[in-house]
Amino acid sequence: MTNNLDSMTFIEIQNLSKTFDQFLANDSISMNIKKGEIHALLGENGAGKSTLVKCLYGVVKPTAGQILINDNHVTINNPKEARSYGIGMVFQHFSLFPALTVSENILISLDEKITKKHLEDKISITAKQWGLPIEPTKKVLDLSVGEQQRVEIIRCLLQNPKLLIMDEPTSVLSPQEINQLFKVLRRLANSGCSILYISHKLNEIKQIASKVTILRSGQVISSTSTSKISTTSMAEKMIGKKVKKITKISKNSFLNSPTAISINNLNRKKLSQFGTELKKISFNVKYGEILGIAGVAGNGQVELMNALSGETLGNPDEIIFEDKKIGNTNIKFRRSLGLEFVPEERNGHATVPDINLTENTFLTFYNAYSKNNNFLDNILLSSNMSSSDSISIINDNDVRCPYSNPLADQLSGGNLQKFIVGRSLKANPKVLIISQPTWGVDIGAANEIRSKLLLLAKAGKAIILISQDLDEIYEISNKICVINNGSLSTPKITSKISATDIGILMGIN
Amino acid sequence: MIEFTPRKIQSSFWTILSPIISITITILIGSLIFKILSYPVIESLYQVFVSPFSRPDRIADIFVKACPLIIIGLGLIFCFKANIWNIGAEGQFILGALCAGSFALLFPETKTYTLLISMFLIGFVGGAIWASIPAILKVRLNVNEILVSLMLVYVAMLFIDFIVRGPLRDPMSFGFPLSKVYPDGAIISKVDFPFIGFLGQFHYGIFIILILCPLIWFFINKTLPGFQIKIFGSSSRASEFAGFNKNKITFYVLLVSGGLSGVAGVIEVSANMGRLQPEVSFGYGFTAIIVAFLGRLNPYGVVIAGIIIATAKLGADNAQMVLGIPKVVTGIFEGMLLFFLLAGETIQKYKISIRKTN
Repeated sequence: MTNNLDSMTFIEIQNLSKTFDQFLANDSISMNIKKGEIHALLGENGAGKSTLVKCLYGVVKPTAGQILINDNHVTINNPKEARSYGIGMVFQHFSLFPALTVSENILISLDEKITKKHLEDKISITAKQWGLPIEPTKKVLDLSVGEQQRVEIIRCLLQNPKLLIMDEPTSVLSPQEINQLFKVLRRLANSGCSILYISHKLNEIKQIASKVTILRSGQVISSTSTSKISTTSMAEKMIGKKVKKITKISKNSFLNSPTAISINNLNRKKLSQFGTELKKISFNVKYGEILGIAGVAGNGQVELMNALSGETLGNPDEIIFEDKKIGNTNIKFRRSLGLEFVPEERNGHATVPDINLTENTFLTFYNAYSKNNNFLDNILLSSNMSSSDSISIINDNDVRCPYSNPLADQLSGGNLQKFIVGRSLKANPKVLIISQPTWGVDIGAANEIRSKLLLLAKAGKAIILISQDLDEIYEISNKICVINNGSLSTPKITSKISATDIGILMGIN
Repeated sequence: MIEFTPRKIQSSFWTILSPIISITITILIGSLIFKILSYPVIESLYQVFVSPFSRPDRIADIFVKACPLIIIGLGLIFCFKANIWNIGAEGQFILGALCAGSFALLFPETKTYTLLISMFLIGFVGGAIWASIPAILKVRLNVNEILVSLMLVYVAMLFIDFIVRGPLRDPMSFGFPLSKVYPDGAIISKVDFPFIGFLGQFHYGIFIILILCPLIWFFINKTLPGFQIKIFGSSSRASEFAGFNKNKITFYVLLVSGGLSGVAGVIEVSANMGRLQPEVSFGYGFTAIIVAFLGRLNPYGVVIAGIIIATAKLGADNAQMVLGIPKVVTGIFEGMLLFFLLAGETIQKYKISIRKTN
């Protein structure tokens, strides 16, 4: 990574601050990025990473402070100006039109006028040059997530960037794709392009970046060379306290316990035009077992979750719980049997954003409340029961609320997730089916959620964990399988399946 | 540059002040329009805004005018809370009136009020059946309920026209398209207030609002079905996750809303017309959509909104009668009032600050 440009600074940020309302998102941040340097920006959700890069890319205007590019003061008013200074950005959520081809997608975002044919040639050349194989005439909806990311990168590269900002680029990639991406980033850096790499994955930062700047509560906590800092101390600086190690709960021995739920040849149509069809999915989960389902996003996880929860229905014998055929029963009935579900989407699926936590408790508990009561209780809202339950969920799971009984969207992502998981645990489930439980959740909360899952399995309950986070899957599952394009691989014991194997099962070589 | 920042908590100060500002702006711009069109400004404003309150019987007439708007609006709360867009209340209103009226005419000599009570039921069912057409199509075939319910309005209008000119025409009506007069037991009588006597057209049907309004408030806010409607409207995925049956909710909200529109039709005809005629509604079903939203989908809010809109309509009538101001001009008033009232919501929900661009 070192070359003769090493000593020259490309961009320097001086005392940059940004306030929203009364909230200080960036508190006089100073840092600089050298030419050809891969510079990591590390921080928890809400630490101010996004705000900072949005200031650099002209999406947000800083309240105070200066930005210097090549020692000249600049003001960046919009992304177009940012691009003219040589700053390119690959967002975490891609902004591509699925129905258009790769070249059409790039064409609409280019600032210069160019014919489509000419552009297609240019894309092919750039793709070859940097080792980012892509077919310019393919429609985006036919591309994998990794390929879509390549389109975004090529879009930036066509503008000959001096600084490429990448926001959590690996969260959607398989292990092999991550390695490929890192190769490209290194080549880019060697050619003199600086890279600002945003992540909260510590190992990755160690692997790819030469420098790391750690943000916490909008302030720079540390800015140092990655060779001089351990992952543990990075984590500590990031969250501001000693990382509480999960008390290692040994994984349960479940082999002799009875089967809790078995899925047999489950098929489902795609939920939307860009969804995935489920094909002949079969697996069993025993009591006390955690089955991890890995896979790159968009390979049928949402459809699988809906099929398991009963939001989409099928034949009775597709899903067998204990000895009951429940493939055609709705979510309310499945809950009453002792199944619980935590879907991926927190706001608007697991909870309703504009109602309070008591009502959100009632949302999944109303059926249980009415079970033992008389007719009137079925009709009237039992706010007493849901309010005492929501209070105990909040206390048991350390859900931090801004005020008592807040609206769901007033909670931070991590706290809302703790509430949702806690709500499912409160129902004392026999089987818990949980999707992306720690997506976008800070380390502390993620650790708490994982140890709760381990404890639940220890208590003899079955868990199906659908997750994109391989580390998480390895950490807590007993068995692992991979979902790829709507098909599921045969579950294997965790110790007998390597990350490389999983990558192959994800369908990428 | 003007910046809009969402308020975390609604400002009670602006909640009170914004309607006052809205009305003031309406009056100012309205005066300007009167001035430009060379109508006497003060006199015009008096007719539009003050004259509806100038005599007790006029005040009573506000309630008469507001009654159908409020009852339909109360029904629409169910649909709109659930994000189901019933635009066809006008048709359901007509069907309610038509069904109940046809039934009443079968029993020409009835003097007891059992007839009226059965008419309420039949009117409800009539409106509900009309609303069940878009409901079934929506649930079964996912047909857009806006189009179906709206188109059925015109079907209903032509249908009542046909019935009144054909099968139910009174042979003694000298060729006018009118049905026979309702029997006594089907007429809602005017209220004879103690000491005051009759006040305008004020009739007993208006009192039904006193029952409906708190009942619907309780249903929406305190019962499980009401909760389901709210959740379904706010987030349909979450409502499916909770296990609420979306088809049932869609079906029932349309039914209830159609039924209440039908009841409004029964009251309007039984209290004010006493017989069926080709035109039983004067756009009440459409105006009630505005009433429901202006009332923020809150039953008590709908009552207030119904009164505001009815006042504006009566003011317009008076201005036309006294000063010859065409209804299109006073219609601008109504439009502006709505526009500014809804725009005022922005102030309640957002903090607006003006910054200099550097």
